Amino acid sequence: MQVHTVESDILIVGGGMAGCGAAYEARTWGKDLKIVIAEKANIDRSGAVAMGLSAINTYLGMRWNQNTPEDFVRYVRGDLMGLVREDLVYDVARHVDSSVHLLEEWGLPIMKDASGKYLREGKWQILIHGESYKPIVAEAAKKAASEVYNRIMITHLIKDPKNSNRIAGAVGFNVRDGSFWVFKSKAVILASGGATHIFRPRSVGEGWGRTWYSPWSTGSAYALPIMAGAKMVQMEVRLVPTRFKDGYGPVGSWFLYLKSYATNSNGELYDNDREKLRAKYGKYADAKPMPTCLRNHLMIEEIKEGKNPIIMHTEKVLDTKEKEEAGWEDFLDMTVSQAMVWASQNTDPKEKWSELVPTEPYIMGSHAVNAGAWVSGPSDIAPEDYQWGWNRMTTITGLFAAGDAAGGAAHKFSSGSFAEGRIAGKSAAKFVHESKDRLPAIDDQTIERLKGEVFQPLENYEIGHTFITKGTVSPYYLYPSQGLKRLEKIMDEYAGGVSTLYTTNKVNMNRGLELLSMLKEDLPLLGAEDLHQLQRAWELNHRVLTAEAVLRHTMFREETRWPGYYYRSDFPSIDDKNWNVFVLSQFDADSRLWSFEKAPVHVLVGNEGVAP
Amino acid sequence: MPTFVIASKCKNNGKCEEICPSDIMRIDPVLQKAYNIEPDMCWECLSCVKACPEHAIEVRPYADISPLGSEISVSRDENLNTIGWKIKYRDSRKKEFSFPIRTTQWNSIEIPDLNGNGDIDGQELSMEPEGLLTGNDLPTIRIKTGKGGR
Ligand SMILES: Cc1cc2nc3c(=O)[nH]c(=O)nc-3n(C[C@H](O)[C@H](O)[C@H](O)COP(=O)(O)OP(=O)(O)OC[C@H]3O[C@@H](n4cnc5c(N)ncnc54)[C@H](O)[C@@H]3O)c2cc1C
Ligand code: SF4
Ligand code: SF4
Repeated sequence: MQVHTVESDILIVGGGMAGCGAAYEARTWGKDLKIVIAEKANIDRSGAVAMGLSAINTYLGMRWNQNTPEDFVRYVRGDLMGLVREDLVYDVARHVDSSVHLLEEWGLPIMKDASGKYLREGKWQILIHGESYKPIVAEAAKKAASEVYNRIMITHLIKDPKNSNRIAGAVGFNVRDGSFWVFKSKAVILASGGATHIFRPRSVGEGWGRTWYSPWSTGSAYALPIMAGAKMVQMEVRLVPTRFKDGYGPVGSWFLYLKSYATNSNGELYDNDREKLRAKYGKYADAKPMPTCLRNHLMIEEIKEGKNPIIMHTEKVLDTKEKEEAGWEDFLDMTVSQAMVWASQNTDPKEKWSELVPTEPYIMGSHAVNAGAWVSGPSDIAPEDYQWGWNRMTTITGLFAAGDAAGGAAHKFSSGSFAEGRIAGKSAAKFVHESKDRLPAIDDQTIERLKGEVFQPLENYEIGHTFITKGTVSPYYLYPSQGLKRLEKIMDEYAGGVSTLYTTNKVNMNRGLELLSMLKEDLPLLGAEDLHQLQRAWELNHRVLTAEAVLRHTMFREETRWPGYYYRSDFPSIDDKNWNVFVLSQFDADSRLWSFEKAPVHVLVGNEGVAP
Repeated sequence: MPTFVIASKCKNNGKCEEICPSDIMRIDPVLQKAYNIEPDMCWECLSCVKACPEHAIEVRPYADISPLGSEISVSRDENLNTIGWKIKYRDSRKKEFSFPIRTTQWNSIEIPDLNGNGDIDGQELSMEPEGLLTGNDLPTIRIKTGKGGR
């Protein structure tokens, strides 16, 4: 087998929005740095933005005095029911405008209003013609990086054998030729996206891959640092976005820009019963705008009462040609499936309404949730206990995280992930600059062991399949897709998926954990017929570890902090007295034990001058 | 709409295999033509459709949710910097749209070199604070309450 070794100053794992931002920024600060990107797909169309986007969801507009970073912190804090890392959110906010200006300069078409300002979709969102968003950003990253290695799936991070808390690089394999890759690097930036297919999706059969977030978001951003022993935060917070049914078209532009509205099957608006909400969830019911999870909660209540379908009244708002085009472009640039659902079901949105549903849960760090690695904050504003090193460094020296990979800072979206990638890129350049030492050591034995592990699924199949005649049923090995279905079923039924209307409890989760542990025991028996299946096998490994973190975090937090994302029936209320804290976890690879702790939530931005 | 490939059009150039983010477009060794090896992991992102110079790849919406008969075709032009869509409904109604994709020429991005100019210890990223277009310094936290901060 061919083995390649690449030495670098900075290794970026994943060339999506954050990874591309990191490459660009690191290069501007380090002309001579060797910066490499390892990307499991093709950087021109990889990650969540592969298809394109119709909006930039985070833009403050400080140049036009539209918003301040303080405004943004208040908004994000309210949306996440109080639990955000305000230092990180603030940091994203102050750098996101310059990042969007950079995107515009590169050629991303941003729509303008009559006065020449960016056309607003909502208070934070601006509209773009974003079909080529990813190839444009990738062009910059390809120029900035010393080398981009496409089709390399990173399977493990490696650490310095002499210093178990110092990153030394990563290993992976080439999905096309099966070669083994060893990356030795002074700094590593994790930018490998979020996680889908942790919970069973609503989609079935041929449409299984149609989840809202991309099916190639496979939890590497969580499993890699977990395996390496980094501290993780907020893994219990899952995103349940409301989407157009089946096609999964996003609703933002419809509600905010096109001013559409949704009703239950009786034609009643359902999202205005604050009274009932206040009785159950106190002051959080009065947050303005209403937190995303609570808006879901109200929809879920309607469904429980049998008042579905939830109806989006597209037919009431597409009254001009411009609006009709805006509605279609929203999906053609970002979720083509939704346009196809309309065409195939003879639904013309200007004549007929569409159904909405709350989807299956997703694990992400960049949307209206903030799962990910626990990272050090910016030195000028981070409280002492949020600051142990370079900005965006995880608890492992030299390992940085950005975008979906970095926890605690919700509402980054595409622009904020890109901005946070830039922050991490500069920070990693500074780290390399300051630790002028040689490359960290790596231990050949570890590399050999990992090489064996990485290719084991090919061998399992090679040997196992000779004992049966033909077909996919074997007692000797498990196909990745079979393991994935088992994982999804466990998480759906025991961890608060769609089939229980997002509800679970301790006994249920303990049972889920039992079944998950057996799935983990089966993972070394994964069988891969070819290299494509080998990629799927490692994606499953990463998803399972992500799922375990989700389940364990959810068990640890004995309250229902985000009603509408998930409910603990045994602790149905928000418990500010005990749980106005972050939950941090750490996995110890040697003992295979998880440990948990609470970390304080510091309020850095007050509510002065803001209506309560 | 997982993809399928029109046999008479595919020229076996591998462009779809190169681009697919899900790693599911492959050349069949016997046929020497491309096909979708794992339709249930297709996101219908159309990256392969846009990349195929022969227009050999089409889509048939997911069988589980979509009745047969509708069609969608797309052509993306990096010289004109536009993308055009043609949509045919199951009942034969048609819609056409065209949108811009980029305002600058492809391959025109330049990467600046800040070595020596910027302050690597400060909070500013490259081109900040000018890039904020506010005429002010990079913001830092003014209001402080609660336990933290220093
Ligand atoms: C349908 C949809 C609509 C959205 N709408 C909007 C919107 O309107 N506005 C907005 O601002 N944002 C929107 N978003 C959110 C936005 O896309 C994400 O917030 C952003 O892309 C996250 O950036 P990231 O770099 O963390 O992850 P990604 O961009 O997903 O990048 C992750 C990268 O890591 C690679 N990778 C993963 N695992 C590995 C591995 N093991 N080895 C090597 N490489 C790996 C992936 O291939 C990918 O390139 C939307 C997303 C979707 C899917
Ligand atoms: S890009 Fe088109 S022509 Fe080329 S292999 Fe794929 S389907 Fe065939
Ligand atoms: S539509 Fe997207 S996911 Fe499906 S085969 Fe083409 S490139 Fe791959």
